[in-house]
Amino acid sequence: MSLASNARAFERIENGLVIESGRARRRPLRVRWLPYALLAPSLLFLGLFTYLPVVRVAIESLYDQPHGTGAAVATFVGMGNYAKVFADPAFRQAALNNLIYAVGTLLPTLVLALAFALAVQRSTRFASVLRTVFFFPSLVPLVAAASLFFFIFLPGLGLLDYYLAKIGINGPNWLGDSDIALWSVIGLTVWKNAGYYMLFYIAGLQNIPRDTLEAAMIDGANAWQRLRYVILPALVPTTSFVVVIALINLLTSVDHVIVLTRGGPSNSTNLLLYYIFQAAHENFEIGKAAAATLLSVAVMLAISLGSLQVMERGTHAKA
Amino acid sequence: MQRLEKRLWPALLAAFLAAVAFLWAAPFLWTLVASFRPEGVGSADMASLVPDTPQTLENFRNALESGSFGLYYVNTIIVVVGVLAVQCVTVSLAGYAFARLSFPGRDALFYAFLLQLMLVPPTLIVPNLATVVDLGLYDTLPGVMAPYFASAFGTFLMRQTFLALPRDFEEAAAIDGAPWWAIIWYVLLPMAQPGLVAFAIVSVTAHWNEFLWPLMVINDPAKHTLTIGLAAFTRGAEGGKEWGVLAAGTLLVMAPLAVVFVAFQRRFVDSFVFSGVKG
Repeated sequence: MSLASNARAFERIENGLVIESGRARRRPLRVRWLPYALLAPSLLFLGLFTYLPVVRVAIESLYDQPHGTGAAVATFVGMGNYAKVFADPAFRQAALNNLIYAVGTLLPTLVLALAFALAVQRSTRFASVLRTVFFFPSLVPLVAAASLFFFIFLPGLGLLDYYLAKIGINGPNWLGDSDIALWSVIGLTVWKNAGYYMLFYIAGLQNIPRDTLEAAMIDGANAWQRLRYVILPALVPTTSFVVVIALINLLTSVDHVIVLTRGGPSNSTNLLLYYIFQAAHENFEIGKAAAATLLSVAVMLAISLGSLQVMERGTHAKA
Repeated sequence: MQRLEKRLWPALLAAFLAAVAFLWAAPFLWTLVASFRPEGVGSADMASLVPDTPQTLENFRNALESGSFGLYYVNTIIVVVGVLAVQCVTVSLAGYAFARLSFPGRDALFYAFLLQLMLVPPTLIVPNLATVVDLGLYDTLPGVMAPYFASAFGTFLMRQTFLALPRDFEEAAAIDGAPWWAIIWYVLLPMAQPGLVAFAIVSVTAHWNEFLWPLMVINDPAKHTLTIGLAAFTRGAEGGKEWGVLAAGTLLVMAPLAVVFVAFQRRFVDSFVFSGVKG
């Protein structure tokens, strides 16, 4: 990262400033405590709600604390909660579901996001209307999207079955069949997110030098070859950035599961965060919830740290 | 023949894209049509995308009354504005420190901030709820807001914004004897407005749409936010007859952001591309 070199550059400028203001008999600009005082409000809340919670779940995950009792009666159980979590079929199901959900959502979302971006990148009136339509779902609350799909998936009467019936197709029970429910949830998520990631691909496409594409065209490359050998390689950084934020999103939003299926039928749409929510909020199994939280924190850190450079590039992509 | 083909393909492609866009917009089209649909239509044709005559506002009145959406609006606005107000202070100060001051431990602290981008708040709902209870903020709106008062994304965004500003003005102000807070308030922030607006758009959208965390913190129905109200409403409407009212309720929840989005489309899109990570 460029932070260190920036820091050196600032130091030079700042030293110059200190000398100047010193000559003018002013208080030195660089007060030692000032930077820490400026960071203190942020650090206070980061400490309370980002750092301490991790420590807290790490400790809580080692104790068994029956519901309704204070921390005083908690008994140390070591890895007991982790063993309990791993032995819980619901947790294993949730982890497996989350994997299917993540992969099943990610692939179509990426393909659609890129296809949309390619379709709407020109600055015509038609393209800008399409852009708005594709982006719009990512602006509405996930809960509102779930409310809409509750009706879309309604057996018999819903939007999907109503129009499928007109072309003679008898739709399955979209949310009630345990073989299909997770794929229905995936469909909702793809619809909701594709337009959001489209934005990143539009930005990525704008960064491809025109000359490169024109050169490929002059060399007689057809549309497919231009996509395969020029555009896709140039979009690798965009794609890896999108994959990271998409994975984090797929591990951390379950609003639609809460509204639509509550993890059912028979746990077929239970996802990790919903499992945690249930353990803590409905079953009051604090130790189990803590252990599962720490496991998902570990997964998130692995995803993020593995792609830290990608994140950096992303945050600096458009300064 | 070849000329014809040259014209045919773009036309076919445009038609195909229009069809896909229609499919994509269908859920919203249905919401619009159904929310103005009179009750008498009957549930068999509730899914029809064809508007009815006469239209009615009855569904909206029912949603506002039976769902107390008016109260949910107030609560949501309190949360969104409260979070944003505190965030503006914390991210401006921290952004300034990272952009303009050099001090021991700066890189380490920068990485410590970065952690929040990975440990996004939804992952930590369980321990954060315990913290909120310890602080005596359970079942209060400040309890809903507190975990978001510091924003790593906002800090980065403000840092980038400050870095892009010329230093001449600050140096002039410093030589004139302006203290640090006056430099931030009178010199930097007015110039950094586009950054703050971009951050505000992402923050407001994120918290207007948030559901799981307020659901855990709030117990009292009088403190529910719009998304909690809508979720309860959706589950209550399972019976069947209420679909028009549900559509109206969903529209009421989505409308404010949609209106702002249509008005400021360019800025919205730019902010979201910048964000990548929701604030």
